Amino acid sequence: MPTKTYCWAIIDAMREEMARDDKVFLMGEDVAAAGGAFGASRGLLDAFGPIRVRDTPISEEIIVGMGVGAAMAGRRPIVEIMFIDFLGLCLDQIANQAAKSHYIYDGMFKMPLVIRTSSAVEMGIGPHHSQAWEALVGHIPGLKVVMPSTPRDAKGLLKSAIRDDNPVIFIEHIAMHRIKEEIEDDEDFLIPIGKADVKRAGSDVSVVASGLMVARALAAAERLAGDGISVEVIDPRTISPLDFDTISASVSKTSRCLVVSSSHKNFGFGSEVAAEIGERCFFDLDQPVRRLSPPFTPAPFGRQFDQFLNPDTDAIVAAVRDLMA
Amino acid sequence: MTQDPITLYRSMLVIRECEAQLNELFAKNLFPGYIHSYLGQEACAVGICSGLNDTDYIVSNHRGRGHYLAKGMALKPMMAEMLGKATGICGGRGGEMHAADPALGILGGNGIVGAGMPIGAGAALAAQMDGLGAVAVVFFGEGASNNGAFGETLNVAAAWNLPLIMVCENNLYAEMTPFAQTVGQPDVAARATGYGVASEIVDGNDVLAVRAAAGRAVERARAGEGPTLLELKTYRWGGHFEGDPRKYRTREEEAEWKARCPVARYRRHLVALGVEADRLGSLEAAVAAEVAEAVTFALDSPLPPPESALLKVFA
Ligand SMILES: Cc1ncc(C[n+]2csc(CCOP(=O)(O)OP(=O)(O)O)c2C)c(N)n1
Ligand SMILES: [Mg+2]
Repeated sequence: MPTKTYCWAIIDAMREEMARDDKVFLMGEDVAAAGGAFGASRGLLDAFGPIRVRDTPISEEIIVGMGVGAAMAGRRPIVEIMFIDFLGLCLDQIANQAAKSHYIYDGMFKMPLVIRTSSAVEMGIGPHHSQAWEALVGHIPGLKVVMPSTPRDAKGLLKSAIRDDNPVIFIEHIAMHRIKEEIEDDEDFLIPIGKADVKRAGSDVSVVASGLMVARALAAAERLAGDGISVEVIDPRTISPLDFDTISASVSKTSRCLVVSSSHKNFGFGSEVAAEIGERCFFDLDQPVRRLSPPFTPAPFGRQFDQFLNPDTDAIVAAVRDLMA
Repeated sequence: MTQDPITLYRSMLVIRECEAQLNELFAKNLFPGYIHSYLGQEACAVGICSGLNDTDYIVSNHRGRGHYLAKGMALKPMMAEMLGKATGICGGRGGEMHAADPALGILGGNGIVGAGMPIGAGAALAAQMDGLGAVAVVFFGEGASNNGAFGETLNVAAAWNLPLIMVCENNLYAEMTPFAQTVGQPDVAARATGYGVASEIVDGNDVLAVRAAAGRAVERARAGEGPTLLELKTYRWGGHFEGDPRKYRTREEEAEWKARCPVARYRRHLVALGVEADRLGSLEAAVAAEVAEAVTFALDSPLPPPESALLKVFA
């Protein structure tokens, strides 16, 4: 199996799906000639030409809105919003148009629209380039929100997103662009949206970790194994719809649950998991569900703040030990 | 699409009758929710849509019935939709501000002012990619021209030479606010130049003038010559919605505009052409009866069951 970076996995997914279906096209700021602000569409302009790979003006509302209209008119657009922090400029098109058109019009229009966007949490770029907004979009019915944490997941999920007839927000993590993984060399390799992945099996504690936190949870699990604590690490991969079946099956088995994410506790991802686990698994729990999240503050410029604000492997180890006490 | 003069008149009459009969329902408390009346603007929708094919797209707004009907939406399912009935074209889920018919290129209305503009640009982009000469039309009010999407859409349409026709129905008011108070330049069309978009100001109460301007814009779009902004100067006879006491304007102003009624004006034109008044009279009676039948159909139709709210969140 070839080894690919997270970034090339994304490029490969788009290249394969664009070759497979000529209705698929890509537009966004700097996606064509420059190959993407973060290099995640390199080579696509050469492969598919300027009609299907388009640089747009810096007009987020029309980037998404044209995606909506083109989808209603039979295309399968992939649009890119450079940073997830920019979603405020196109939230109406996402929440009211893309997410609701199939519903409002009684299923007469499908909405095969992929909105690719990047999360730059923990990159030190400052308060407008640092946010984990998966919970914000996860609150909107009609949207699927996908957030892969490995190259293989990124490729399989992006291909599924492009083939999906519903709008999908696909959140890429710039901090993960260079990590590598072996990926099946198969043009129909897909990972289903809405299905969590047990990244490591264990029996004492379930750690639900998303995005950047998955690798840290795995590192923590490895360390804790040395102390005889068996940690099960679950990566939801899809934020909405969230695979509570996999999570609750794990928690019913382990009786303890920690949720680690880059999303704030306040109305956040961890809160959602904790509440649902509370409802589904209350009598199986030995301890209250714990959450690790950054505090309820913006992130200033500079890496030192990132390290201070965000859960790291040590924090996960400590929280798990606490749950086992 | 060539349309004979009688068809054009009939199209306006259907809209006029629908609006009149819906207002009666509202007065009798039989209408659920807001009515954004299209009375007075009939020539806009009909003049524009009379030059379009079924394969052309339109994107409507909150004041959309005229657009839907002029583009050919069937009367009964349209009317039932307005009342939120299960027999409506969207099963009653869309209601007064949302109806669509993909087969006719009607890509919906909107509850969000300005949101249809990018969607229309997207449809125009799809049409351009298809290369079959289809065009997209966006209908919006002058109030919506103060939304950011307006500039973004004009800009990209010009940059990409999209087959897009932006139709601004300037009825002088956005809700309760006179347009003049909200702009430094009262002609919406004047803004097109800055974006490199062709534009025209048209008498929106003259269906033939609208039709001619639309024809020019459509021809340019089909020929790959890019977008046009048409500003149709018109007036909404009613309030922003039915029941609006209209304190922001005078009854005299309303009377002046009613004297410029687009339907009566075109009727006079037909009479001058030699169409017999009898023929027009029976057409008017037939349209009134047809609309009444659609209203009855809508009133008699069932509401969608509450549990249906859970359906079709996803495809
Ligand atoms: C984004 C947004 N802002 C405000 C409103 C409330 N609203 C509905 S219609 C309207 C006025 C629109 O005026 P115009 O565009 O001129 O259209 P008209 O109603 O005159 O046809 C307003 C402010 C809304 N629905 N959406
Ligand atoms: Mg207005």
